Amino acid sequence: MEAKTEKYTKSAVSWAEINAKDKGMRDKRVSLEEAALFITDGCHVAIGGVQYNRVPIAIIRELIRSGKKDLAVSRALMSFEADFLLVSGVMKIAVTSWLSGAVTYGLSPIVRLYMESNRAKFEEWSNLAMGLRYMAGGMGIPCMPAKVVLGSDIAKLVELKTFECPYTGDKLALIPALNPDVTVIHAQRADQFGNVQIDGMTAMDVDMAKAAKKVIVTVEKVVPNEEIRRTPELTKIPFFCVDAVVEVPYGAFPYDCYGCYEPVHEHFRGYYKGFEKAKNAEENTRNYIEKYFMTPKSFADYLELFGVQTILKYSILGKQG
Amino acid sequence: MNYDPTEIMAVSAARALKDGQVVFAGAGVPIISSLAAQKLHAPSLTILFEVGAVAPIVEIGRIPSSANESRSAYGSVMFPTTTETLLFCQRGFVDVGFLGGAQIDKYGNLNTSIIGKWDHPKVRMPGSGGANDIASCTKFLVVTWHEKMRFVEKVDFITSPGYLQGGNSRDEAGLVGGGPLQVITHLGVLGFDSEGKEMVLKAVHPGVDPEEVRANTGWDLKVAPDLAVTEPPTKEELDLFRRLDPERRFLKVK
Repeated sequence: MEAKTEKYTKSAVSWAEINAKDKGMRDKRVSLEEAALFITDGCHVAIGGVQYNRVPIAIIRELIRSGKKDLAVSRALMSFEADFLLVSGVMKIAVTSWLSGAVTYGLSPIVRLYMESNRAKFEEWSNLAMGLRYMAGGMGIPCMPAKVVLGSDIAKLVELKTFECPYTGDKLALIPALNPDVTVIHAQRADQFGNVQIDGMTAMDVDMAKAAKKVIVTVEKVVPNEEIRRTPELTKIPFFCVDAVVEVPYGAFPYDCYGCYEPVHEHFRGYYKGFEKAKNAEENTRNYIEKYFMTPKSFADYLELFGVQTILKYSILGKQG
Repeated sequence: MNYDPTEIMAVSAARALKDGQVVFAGAGVPIISSLAAQKLHAPSLTILFEVGAVAPIVEIGRIPSSANESRSAYGSVMFPTTTETLLFCQRGFVDVGFLGGAQIDKYGNLNTSIIGKWDHPKVRMPGSGGANDIASCTKFLVVTWHEKMRFVEKVDFITSPGYLQGGNSRDEAGLVGGGPLQVITHLGVLGFDSEGKEMVLKAVHPGVDPEEVRANTGWDLKVAPDLAVTEPPTKEELDLFRRLDPERRFLKVK
């Protein structure tokens, strides 16, 4: 029996569309609320980092607070943010290679509930396929040949096209480009123009930024342009790819931000324990959303829920490296 | 020294890795068994994690819970992008892929996606992650609990390709990189026959009857004529695993 997921293989953002962008080196600093306005119901948002790494939770919280609906959300691997995006109704289609916390947590009850009852869609690709989708998108080409996904049932679900190399006759998968409407990234620093420096692992963020129509970057710190010019080798995304810069210290807390803080697994284990006590899985996640995303008025109020002790502990661990 | 079935599974998996190899370790037990191999018999084993880490140095007491966080990357010689890291598999730089728990069939195909009907899953699992890429492009090891529910004649969904339908079907699909080498379980170690590519029981752990393995397998499992018995875990091996995973987050006792 062959079933088809709702495919999310939007055609490439055109050269003309990117070419027409305002590419001036202008001050792009905005608030979280203003940045969220870039994202409209039903659009496709790509999230930077991978699984626990650099989850831009400050923006995700804002999307949930502002009641966005029916987004397609893509990411290399998702983690707990998928639960929050599903239960809040923000995410209708997940385009990713992994939809759950790490194996050590077991399956996400929320992902199971939503996907097994077809309340949301999971368009599954392999991790490398996701990377090549953003890469092709960022290169301005419609697809990328590869030697993965071939022969698997993922190929059937996504209706993968294959082709024979005209030079060698090799059979290759053709991985379609992915061009998000908006890419959201959390990084360690940027200047006010959007020259973004990412420390540590960059995941797929650079390709994701080049592939998108618009890019929002939240950063631990906005630094002067002179600092960027002293260390251009650390700059991963140039200003002309970026549309909005928001300074949000701890903007990925309690997730992972290389050199800044480690993920607070005891927090997530607490969230998972909640599933055992709750009447149903959704109630547990709704409680979490209410407590952490809806009730605190500002991102600082949200951070206060974790407490200074926890923030310090995981910051010290993160800075030790 | 006493040990439980999960421990001999993880120890046997660690032993399958050789010094000097490059291993691409997937989520779960492969993380802990790769780190153990490095600290036991394979000091120059190079580990790759999909977060984008080449040869990270992971200290006891600071074990990551996934392959995707800073703790799985500290001490690396390089942080390639996630895409570049997985492309090392496609190019042939990875000696051995290493994948964890899944539904598996007699040709070594892995399912971490869907149990039941595709359009109406009984269980929607998390998906491929990098497993499809590792399985598509490397010779790989699988470490998983051995039970009838997991060892099925035909997986409901091929997330990560083994030998597909057996014989030459893997090559015909256009895949490179060999396919599954060994499947290491809490009952024994399985390989694949060279012609038909069907799974064969090669070794049992001490005290395990081959009939017990067959009874926990969902098809008529072949047993190698020269069936071996695994060496029991040493004190050194067990001590290390217990220090690496004191809270049994990876080695969950069933």
